[in-house]
Amino acid sequence: MPDKRTALRERPFIGPRLDVGKVMANLVLPLAGVVAALAFGAVMLLLLKADPIAAYAALVQGAVGSTFGLTQCLVKATPLLLVGSGICIAFRANVINIGGEGQIILGALAGAALPLAFPQAPAWAIIPATCLAGFLAGAFWGFIPGILKARLKVNEILSTIMLNAIALQLMNLLLQGPLMDAEGVARGTFLHQSAQLPRQSWLPRLVPQTLLHSGVIIAVAVAILCYAFLWKTAIGFNIRAVGLNPKAARYSGINVPFYEALSLTLAGGLAGLAGVIEVIGVQHRLMPGLTSNYGFTGIVAALLGALHPIGLIPASVFFGGLLVGADKMQRAVQVPSSLITAILGLIVLFVSSATIWARRWMAHRDTATALRADRAARGAEARDGSCPDPIGGES
Amino acid sequence: MSGLSPDVLVGIFSTMMGLAMPFLFAALGETFAQRSGVYNLGVDGIMLLSAFASFYVVVVTGSPWLGLLAAVLVGLAMGLLISLVSVTLKAEQGVSGIGLYMLGLGLSSLLFKVLVGTVKTVQGFRPIELPLLSGIPFLGPVLFRNNVLVYAAFLLVPLSWWVLERTTLGLDIKAVGQNPAAADSLGINVDRVRYFSVCLGAVLAGVAGAGLSIAQLNLFQDNLTAGQGFIAVALVYFGGWNPVGVLGGALLFSVVNSTQLWLQVLGVDIPSSVAVMLPYLLTIVALTLTSSRDRQPAALGKPFERGEN
Repeated sequence: MPDKRTALRERPFIGPRLDVGKVMANLVLPLAGVVAALAFGAVMLLLLKADPIAAYAALVQGAVGSTFGLTQCLVKATPLLLVGSGICIAFRANVINIGGEGQIILGALAGAALPLAFPQAPAWAIIPATCLAGFLAGAFWGFIPGILKARLKVNEILSTIMLNAIALQLMNLLLQGPLMDAEGVARGTFLHQSAQLPRQSWLPRLVPQTLLHSGVIIAVAVAILCYAFLWKTAIGFNIRAVGLNPKAARYSGINVPFYEALSLTLAGGLAGLAGVIEVIGVQHRLMPGLTSNYGFTGIVAALLGALHPIGLIPASVFFGGLLVGADKMQRAVQVPSSLITAILGLIVLFVSSATIWARRWMAHRDTATALRADRAARGAEARDGSCPDPIGGES
Repeated sequence: MSGLSPDVLVGIFSTMMGLAMPFLFAALGETFAQRSGVYNLGVDGIMLLSAFASFYVVVVTGSPWLGLLAAVLVGLAMGLLISLVSVTLKAEQGVSGIGLYMLGLGLSSLLFKVLVGTVKTVQGFRPIELPLLSGIPFLGPVLFRNNVLVYAAFLLVPLSWWVLERTTLGLDIKAVGQNPAAADSLGINVDRVRYFSVCLGAVLAGVAGAGLSIAQLNLFQDNLTAGQGFIAVALVYFGGWNPVGVLGGALLFSVVNSTQLWLQVLGVDIPSSVAVMLPYLLTIVALTLTSSRDRQPAALGKPFERGEN
């Protein structure tokens, strides 16, 4: 069984040889899934008597047709990259985190509460402190399903979905109470939003006249750190081992429940960070609808990035562009942007279905690699004269 | 607080009956799917798309029965799709279910905005008062003044139990979910049984969606279900993959929900967000208390491939 023998072996991201199976699995199949989903979207539009070419043209034009559009792609890619990095960690441990929405909200709550509580704090103190607070708040929201799964075997998919709904109501509660904008109360509008955050807590803008903020740099750094964490550290190795084969991991002495809980906590923390950055980078106040489904779209981006934080970077930019373009499409040709939600769903269905072929290619590849290693080892032994090569014949 | 007068109690329990109906359809359907070893997380998406389909058909034709038929057909189509993905193509079921959910969420909203546009109400299934029985004090108004889907949902409980526990079909479903390799060696077509169970579950999820849009609320709006499909999946766990347990879970959940609704109607001063939060909190507590995996179908979530299991 080559599968079991190679299950825990290191798989370097960029190998010396071009690995056809890997390219097919990680690039060609996901892209084919996206193209197929967009084609289905076009058929839907035709059935609804809308012009798919005009709709998609508006979409592309909205995303890449102007400096503002292009920077908006990066603005929307930022939370996707952060949420998606967490999804990569969780899914690598075979833990399915659907709780991104709730974890973003918790991060955003902390991200709004802290600067509002310390309006005089200088930027160098308040920005890192707020980011940390948001990370911890999100991590707490991921820790709950994590510990429930580790200790009581509560299904994490269901508990994270319930925690999403609870977080949403928690935000509503706070926005109607302690966090409600005092100005709105004074004016009598009672808008369910917080006051504007003090200016020094805002993330600096990168390009004038746009919304592009320095959070995008944080997000890229986090993605690279996640890659290093998963592939270059012992903890990351254990997380991946748990995901690849929990039984084998347990027999080799890895504390499986601990790493499952840890990966969910980290995923929650990164989603929380996405929430903070959305608040201090874009909105500058807390308001409902802030999550914009990033918790779900982040899953799609992570899947398309082959659950690899580096692959996730282009995937996040792509989906960021899709979201930006969808708004333009809705305004320009009156095609509701919910079309994009349906297309995202189709992408998930296609990409998750296509893994059957990816798995087969990978299995072929692993078998071939194992055989090669086997032959090399036996060849070396044969040269030492200790035993003959049973496969024989090949150099 | 005005105290719990008998009228309020009747109100709470009759609201509970109506609220339990979509949960029963969706969760009993999911019970079949999961007993066969397939984890369909897309229930909420199926409910949404079916809810829209039945609503739209009622808007156009005025007939709730045609609306129900549309919901069944949409459920069947979504069931075939998710079976293809989960059974034939052996996708990771937690992930593909989220895909189905997003498809249903996006498509129902798209169709609603393009075809209808504004919120409007329809005349769906009306309550049917059963003669004589509905006159019984307390029990009458609670049990016997409901619409046809509510009666059907509660009748589905013993029916599901009977199918699962007393028929060959039920035995096949359970065998395939417990030990597909053994079932396969006995000549049961694993994939066919799973297709059947998943599609049955999806059709029932479709009926649940119709129950929301053309029997309970008589309207459609974006994200009408607000996650009820996910709660239905949780109820299957809560009920221990057993129709009677599912009934208990659905009733408990619905009575908490109808109590919070009535408390708000009566003007009891609790913030509405806390009240709305309660059922979800309850679900987590319930999942925690009942999280024994012993009763879970052994092959749940595991695609079957000959020679591998």
